[in-house]
Amino acid sequence: MVEALIQGILLGGYYAVLAAGLSLMFGVVRFINLAHGDMAVLGAMIALWLVQGLGFGVGWAIMITLPVMAGLGWLMQRMIFERALRGGFLIPILTTIGLGAALQNGMFGLFGSETKSLGAYIGNLSWASWELPGGIFLGQLPVYMFLTAIVVLGALHLMLTRTAFGRAVRATASDADAAALCGIDPRRVHRGAAAIAVALAGLAGIFLALRAQVTPFAGPMLLIFAFEAVVIGGIGSLRGTLIGGIALGVAQTLGGLISPQFSILAGHVVFLAVLGWRMSQVAAADRGGWRSAWTALTTKRKMTRGKA
Amino acid sequence: MTHSVLPMPRGDQRLIWAAAAVGVGLAILPFVGSALVVDKLTYLFILIMFATMWNLLAGYAGLVSVGQQAFVGLGGYAMVRMVDAGLPPFPAIFIAALCTGVVAWVLSWFVLRMKAGEFAIATWVIAEAIRAMVSFDPIIQGETGTSVTALNAYAPEMRRLTIYLLALATAALMLWASWKLLQGRTGAQAQAIRDDEEAAASVGISTFQVKQRIYILASIGCAVAGTLWLASAITFQPRTSFGVQWSVFMLFMVLVGGIGTFIGPILGAVLFFALQEIFGDFGAWYLAGVGIVAILFALYLPNGIVGLWLDKGRDEPLSMRKRLQVKE
Repeated sequence: MVEALIQGILLGGYYAVLAAGLSLMFGVVRFINLAHGDMAVLGAMIALWLVQGLGFGVGWAIMITLPVMAGLGWLMQRMIFERALRGGFLIPILTTIGLGAALQNGMFGLFGSETKSLGAYIGNLSWASWELPGGIFLGQLPVYMFLTAIVVLGALHLMLTRTAFGRAVRATASDADAAALCGIDPRRVHRGAAAIAVALAGLAGIFLALRAQVTPFAGPMLLIFAFEAVVIGGIGSLRGTLIGGIALGVAQTLGGLISPQFSILAGHVVFLAVLGWRMSQVAAADRGGWRSAWTALTTKRKMTRGKA
Repeated sequence: MTHSVLPMPRGDQRLIWAAAAVGVGLAILPFVGSALVVDKLTYLFILIMFATMWNLLAGYAGLVSVGQQAFVGLGGYAMVRMVDAGLPPFPAIFIAALCTGVVAWVLSWFVLRMKAGEFAIATWVIAEAIRAMVSFDPIIQGETGTSVTALNAYAPEMRRLTIYLLALATAALMLWASWKLLQGRTGAQAQAIRDDEEAAASVGISTFQVKQRIYILASIGCAVAGTLWLASAITFQPRTSFGVQWSVFMLFMVLVGGIGTFIGPILGAVLFFALQEIFGDFGAWYLAGVGIVAILFALYLPNGIVGLWLDKGRDEPLSMRKRLQVKE
């Protein structure tokens, strides 16, 4: 039980990295990228190709993959997303679903359908563990991945709060037109954000390849996990994303104690519950909140309907 | 100053007569055509149903769902369960779809309160959650799936012909029903909601009820199409029946044909069917190509094939817009 809880928290770091890119795209560019999971798989596939095909070490493969993914994100924002954004709400969804289908099947055509893993290339790290008091075994790889996730998200947070680019990003996120009036080029900011988001997706994909297997069609499931983490934690804050990722990871590992199938279902249930709860909060706020309704009932004061 | 609604344009009337003639021809076809043609056309009718239903949702009511596979799979699951309980398979196709409508009614209270992006994702997650729950049922045997073996009791020719005629009749019924619905009050209300929900509510449309009506109808429609597909495929696998590819196909057909037009989804379904027949042998590369075509249409031709026609300044065929004549 405690072991599952710790594993869930560590897994949360991976989900937070996966979700951070999606959250950044939505928060800054107002763009829902339904191909985000497929980009993560693409990152994993590039790293796998560098290691298996070209014989690079895993560390080098990661160092090469991340800038490549960032470049790809910049390019996609420039070539596809910018144009899609002009089409309102529907067109981005249609475009990125098409992009997802193209990526999944293209990777299937290039790399085949067999599951692949980087686990065999990192020596004993994939099974090495520390023993904690109480007979709890702590895998070293999950701990390192969790620490990496914290460092990456922390660096991102510092960048957003302390640097000039971060200020530009936040200004564009809250009002792109006003930011443009202040001399910020929103398109450049959007491209930068897309580059970071896709690089984060690539890192998450590499995490997945290190701790488990990747298939070309894993993307949609990763996208769902990312969305769940984002919604559970609340959109627009990195700390929220981390908390959401950890909540999702814990829900899945605790659900996994019952049966392997129940693991993913538990994540879905937590997501839907949080979404429902949040909607009821909004609805309650529209009606003046349950507190005011309660006061109205108890003091028998007549209330006008609606916001008034 | 008064106004009157103009009658249907001459071209539209001809189009409807032509469609009726094609329908009659298709009804006679299985008695002369080969088994292969009958099977392929059955699939085309199912595609047309899917496209029409998704267009009803997204094109006319503005409900962009990525989770219609929930109803495809649930309809199939309900059918498997009913046949297992001893119901004959052919009535089970329709009873299962109606049961799915009840589930849609329950879900609608939850999902229809969401905003656009949340709605798209939540419907997908709900489909995944339902798939996971269905997999727990011992009769489904997890990912392995099960077969509607009761269908094998019928002679293959008999079964093929029945499914073909059922699919044709259902597709025709669905087109007629959505025509009636869209021409009527609900259609006008739905389009008002799609264009501006708050404005629609301010002129007295009960937006939730209209969306709910369309959501449930589209869900039943997808379930019927799904159960008919299951009847022709026989094997029920959770991963296939609840796969997101159903929604991707629906979206592709509607987008390529022309979203928010009556004739667009039909054209899209025919085009998608033709692409599959010509390039389907390329497997994954074909599907990758479909994805790229979807991107190109979304970016450069968002109104689809019908949009090409409209760009030339012609009227939309079978439009749901009413044309008024103003008299001084």
